[in-house]
Amino acid sequence: MLELVQASTYAASIDNLILFIGIIVGVWFLLAEGLFFWLIWKFRAKPGEKSQYLVGNEKHVKRWITIPHALVLVCDVFIVVGAVRVWYNVKQQLPEPDSVIRVTGQQWAWTFQHPGADNELDTSDDIFTVNDLHVEVEKTYHFKLESRDVLHSFSVPVFRLKQDAIPGRSITGWFEPTLTGEYDVQCAEICGIGHGVMAARIHIEDANTHAAWISSASAATTP
Amino acid sequence: MADTVADVHQHEAHGHGDHHHDQSWLEKYVFSTDHKIIGMQYMFTGMFMAVIGGYMAYVFRMQLAFPGISVPGFGQVSPGEYNALITNHGTIMIFWVAMPVLIAAFGNFLIPLMIGADDMVFPRINRLSFQIFFLSSIVLLVSLFVEGGGFGGAWTSYPPLSANGDYNQTQLGASLWLIAVALEFVAFLLGGINFITTLMNSRAPGMKAYDIPLVCWMIVIASILFMLSVGPLLAGAVMLLFDQTLGTGFYDPARGGDPILWQHLFWFFGHPEVYVVLLPAIGITVEVMATFARKKIFGYKMVLYTAVATGVLSFFVWAHHQFIAGIDPRMANVFTITTLLISVPIAEMLFVMIATLYGGSIRLTTPMLWALAFMAEFLIGGVTGIFLGASGADIYFHDTYFVLAHFHYTFFPIAIIGSFCAFTYWFPKMFGKMMNDTLGKIHFWGTVIPFNFIFIPLFVLGMGGQHRRIYNFQHFPQIAGPEYFQLREIATIALLVMLAFQLVFFYNIIMSWMRGEKAGKNPWKANTLEWTTESPAPHGNWPVDELPTVYRGPYEYGHPDREEDYWPQNLPG
Repeated sequence: MLELVQASTYAASIDNLILFIGIIVGVWFLLAEGLFFWLIWKFRAKPGEKSQYLVGNEKHVKRWITIPHALVLVCDVFIVVGAVRVWYNVKQQLPEPDSVIRVTGQQWAWTFQHPGADNELDTSDDIFTVNDLHVEVEKTYHFKLESRDVLHSFSVPVFRLKQDAIPGRSITGWFEPTLTGEYDVQCAEICGIGHGVMAARIHIEDANTHAAWISSASAATTP
Repeated sequence: MADTVADVHQHEAHGHGDHHHDQSWLEKYVFSTDHKIIGMQYMFTGMFMAVIGGYMAYVFRMQLAFPGISVPGFGQVSPGEYNALITNHGTIMIFWVAMPVLIAAFGNFLIPLMIGADDMVFPRINRLSFQIFFLSSIVLLVSLFVEGGGFGGAWTSYPPLSANGDYNQTQLGASLWLIAVALEFVAFLLGGINFITTLMNSRAPGMKAYDIPLVCWMIVIASILFMLSVGPLLAGAVMLLFDQTLGTGFYDPARGGDPILWQHLFWFFGHPEVYVVLLPAIGITVEVMATFARKKIFGYKMVLYTAVATGVLSFFVWAHHQFIAGIDPRMANVFTITTLLISVPIAEMLFVMIATLYGGSIRLTTPMLWALAFMAEFLIGGVTGIFLGASGADIYFHDTYFVLAHFHYTFFPIAIIGSFCAFTYWFPKMFGKMMNDTLGKIHFWGTVIPFNFIFIPLFVLGMGGQHRRIYNFQHFPQIAGPEYFQLREIATIALLVMLAFQLVFFYNIIMSWMRGEKAGKNPWKANTLEWTTESPAPHGNWPVDELPTVYRGPYEYGHPDREEDYWPQNLPG
């Protein structure tokens, strides 16, 4: 199997939800396929034996359908509760941010607007980069996601985060990195010929490295 | 009531007998109004399109496994060509293969034969339906070769990419693609009207609602779903066409439009559409299972009611395609609940199919193998859908290869396994010859085994974070490692094997057609009415004075009062 890095506070909760669903549907799947192949074997045609005539109307026979039916419903309730809890945490609520960044998609690059030394977005010391996002580990970020032309989708697999960018709207979401390192940022919504080259990197840095990056980047852009 | 039905029936029959004796070849095979010929026309057009769709899959899978190589039979794939290939592969396989083969071809061929009618109620509308469909196929194929190339904005065609030639760079291709899809919808609306009306009005005397073979019910329920869902999309398509050609701004936020509107219109149709093709496939499987397990369906009414329940629910789940598309996040909770609810009727339908095997006398003929494979494989597609319907898990899986593998595990069993099942089962009725069973089984295993080797690696890649519609993964270091490439290569090689085995199928059709064993009226010893007439059935289906009367339901197999283990619907007593 492929190695998967969990680099945000909610990555593990999404993975656990996937595992939870996997166990439930896995059990159903194995039971159903097992029964299915057993029946094919057990009731294979034998010379001289006629098939049975079962209507399926009697209560004790119908139980074979109605009980699994009820069990499926119960499993659905558990899955819905799990899914909604994770969803609420990742998408519906917004924790107080330490920093706000702006992510803008266009054909075919990502522009990242960092708040700079004053930690305020839309001020003169903002740092703009193309295809390189710099964030500090263990800080909560809000991102404002926008698009200049067509739909794009801001996807950071190590965060388990994905959100479409829509022209004419600014969508706010959040993440909190937990691991330092350099990872992929994808565009996950087809956006034209260059969709496959719309790749960016996210650099998750510790406090010192991040501060050093801010000062060097500010120096580079200051006129 | 019954008298009126019989009356219409007889009257229609006479009408046919009068002026269809001497037909030229052109009248008989090209401009025919005979439902069986129209069904064949749909089937062979669908098969031809399936070959094209398969060829496209071959080209882009080669590019994905071996990026940059010159693909034999195509050449080097450019990013624009890649996008056009994946877009049109999806479009063709759903709208020009699954729909025409499962609904139009088998709906046309089977409904009149199975309900004991001499033809559709509106034979000329039926002919018009095919003609429009044929035209739509030509428009689609032409769109691939116009200036700028074929449309490459994915089969979902989300604006603003699809709406603006500056963004997609295939202005003409995009418009022709859209026109082709819209024409195709018109064709199926006409066909659907016919299926619904025919089932309601032309049944043989004695055939009550619960005596109708389930496959006919399923095709008709699917046609109703299609009629109810396609309206908004047609309106949306016209708006999109206006955006493309007249410069309107329905989907352009700069002029007050909204790109998300299209997604709602598209998926309001798009999700019921899944069940539009699923239900006929389930109907086909149920028929074949009953015949070869020699068993009455375990709960006929249960299958019927769950199909209706699925249909109704399918109108309330569409936004699970849009969880992360920028809709209000609170909406996702509602659609998670409705989406998971739909697992209940579908699971119940599969339980009924499994339970039908109990107490049977199962014969593993080629059609039966296909029917069982449908069940076994579709289950994988069904359970993997739960991950995607659960909003929290979909945040990660959305637009990855996990989604792609999931829906291929639903659509492949539906459109390919279901069609092969129906084709091998009704081949004797269509052509009057038996298909070679050994070649049939070679083709079966040569299709089903590689199928799993194509898509199980893609599940793994999706879990690894590989996102969709990417021409070359080299720009994403996390998913460009050798272990990822090995999985891509396995999938591509399995596809090559599967495509090669389709030659066995075409060889088998031609050989069996030319020198197969004569089939006789009822080679499978089945109960339904189509097996009471000659193979192949003549124009008008039965001689006018021998139109069948129905005395019982379609699945009376293994009845204790009879020597034989089957009891045809038309036998009195």
